[in-house]
Amino acid sequence: MERLLRNRWALVLGLALVLATLPLAFPSNYYFRVAALVNIFALAAIGLNLLMGYAGQVSLGHAGFMGIGAYAVAIGASRFGLHGIVAMLAGAAVAGLLAFLVGRPILRLKGHYLAVATLGLGLLISMVLTNEAGWTGGPDGMAVPRLELFGMRLRGPDTWYMISAGALVLGVILALNLIESPTGRAMRAIHDSEIAARVVGVDVAAYKLKIFVISAIYASIAGSLMAFLNGHITPDGTAGFLRSVELVTMVVLGGLGSVLGAIVGAAMLVILPQALTIFHEYEHLLLGLIIMASMILLPRGVIPSLLARLRGGGA
Amino acid sequence: MSIEMGMTRRLALAAGLGAMTAAAPAFAQGEIKLGAVLSVTGPASFLGDPEKRTLEMEVEALNAKGGLLGRKIRLIVYDDAGDANAARTFATRLLEEDKVTAMIGGSTTGTTLAMVPAFEDAQVPFISLAGAIQIVQPVRKWVFKTPHTDTMACEKIFEDMKKRGTTKIGMISGTDGFGKSMRDQCVGVAGKYGIEVLHEESYGPRDTDMTPQLTNIKNKAGVQAVINPGFGQGPAIVTRNYRQLGITVPLYQSHGVASKQFIDLAGPAAEGARLPAAALLVASKLPDSDPQKKVVTQYTEDYTKKTGQPVSTFGGHAYDGFHIWKEAVERAKTDNAARVRDEIEKTKGYVGTGGVVNMSPTDHMGLDLSAFRMLEIRNGDWTLVN
Repeated sequence: MERLLRNRWALVLGLALVLATLPLAFPSNYYFRVAALVNIFALAAIGLNLLMGYAGQVSLGHAGFMGIGAYAVAIGASRFGLHGIVAMLAGAAVAGLLAFLVGRPILRLKGHYLAVATLGLGLLISMVLTNEAGWTGGPDGMAVPRLELFGMRLRGPDTWYMISAGALVLGVILALNLIESPTGRAMRAIHDSEIAARVVGVDVAAYKLKIFVISAIYASIAGSLMAFLNGHITPDGTAGFLRSVELVTMVVLGGLGSVLGAIVGAAMLVILPQALTIFHEYEHLLLGLIIMASMILLPRGVIPSLLARLRGGGA
Repeated sequence: MSIEMGMTRRLALAAGLGAMTAAAPAFAQGEIKLGAVLSVTGPASFLGDPEKRTLEMEVEALNAKGGLLGRKIRLIVYDDAGDANAARTFATRLLEEDKVTAMIGGSTTGTTLAMVPAFEDAQVPFISLAGAIQIVQPVRKWVFKTPHTDTMACEKIFEDMKKRGTTKIGMISGTDGFGKSMRDQCVGVAGKYGIEVLHEESYGPRDTDMTPQLTNIKNKAGVQAVINPGFGQGPAIVTRNYRQLGITVPLYQSHGVASKQFIDLAGPAAEGARLPAAALLVASKLPDSDPQKKVVTQYTEDYTKKTGQPVSTFGGHAYDGFHIWKEAVERAKTDNAARVRDEIEKTKGYVGTGGVVNMSPTDHMGLDLSAFRMLEIRNGDWTLVN
């Protein structure tokens, strides 16, 4: 089991298999929608996990990049007549460029300072989206034109489940490849000790910047997918501060430095609020308790802690 | 042996479950399912909380009286916490899983607009409780709303100005969402009433002194009245500064400060200030001849008794949404979504807390300016201006 989880192709195949067979158990579009949201948030969380879990940098403003991706497809399609896919790629490019420009000064900061700087970046993006009402529709948000592919209008949650599942598998493959590459090893070295990494010749600043840009692009693509799925977006719903916190929680809950962990974390935070509604007034309380219990019992995050248990049991 | 026992037990359990699920549709047939996605918690909870309490109260009361068309109403409420994305998920859930035949809710414009496509696709009537005019303009076949709009508040003010012969005004508005939106609406309709905005000023939501802005307005020749679109403490400070500077032209506040708290904050400076407000806030001041007198007094009494809290117009919007839907179901004699939608659109002369509602295929809100009352503050209390 543990070897299976360690083998990246086994992981990708397993994930693809699960994503492909799950719809057989879905009785209605509601399940497709929730599952599509899991895929989308998992994609953003994987990107953020590369930054937090491997490069060891915190970002409290990551939803800002989701917002850029979401508004890129809304504005690109409605005001510039761009095709949805082109607008999505343009959004990813803008998010990547912004991450590149602000990343260099911001990533020189460490610990709390870095956290606050990224927090500020996220708030700024959210404020711009809220206040530039002429472009973005202001706090009430704007409609997203439906994506058309090969003459078909893509609108059903089932369609977007398939697309987001494809994007997630692709995202996982890219992330795993990156982790196994020299860049991935350099990142882990930075995470363990920046000084040691620098001593052995790792260009710390360049790697940090690279990973920041990559994680921003992941978030932007996730934001675009969410915009397509919903058909209407608001600044708070896509780029809000609480959304950023949610992403960080997904990563920490699922397990820092674990691609599968990011997916599990996203699944927990998307599905739990839906499952807990049967408890009415107590749903928020229970959600908090479950997260707390999970962090106390599985302190390194769900996946890494369970892996450690398995290893302990096997030895 | 034990395996066998386990098997039988499991079989019995499965049979029991089967019986339950088989019985469920028959039972559900007897219920009318009404959905509500509200912002009960989070930053917009001041909207969602009274809305939820009102709906629960009204459904409970109606069920106690035997329900609707002889069937019980089952109200299914989900809390979106102000998040448009969550609202959309819950909307899908109401439609796909709970199979509601109507929906009341969407506390904010953002959550409402996020849910609209889901209800249009599913062809289920959706009565929104949010303010913005974009919800019903352009008219969407399945979407209605009960609250008045900011534009109507502006028009009410301009109507009153016209009566007083005022044509040239100054404006000082808050830069918060409410102040900004209302300012834009007012400037938009001013021309229709032949009113010219000579000078405009603004202030931040946390500013504590507006004397410089008001001095500019004072020094502008020809200003015959001043409007202050804003929310929270800003308008109270504007009112105080206004008197301190000895400005004598009439001051108009917005419906955003139509609460006792505003009079307390502004003190004697508020004397003579006018503002448009919903009838619900001045229930006890309304003359007995007022068509809304009965409904607003009754709702105020029920709500304060049930919750121990003062009424707000937001809960009133939910009250109106529920009763418009209820009457539509009664007229349609079914909870069939399409038939109920047609009947909601035919709502005529419904007297609610927000005004008298007359809907039509081109107007899915159905309120006119009579929804607002013009109030003047005299002796530290509201007085109705005729």
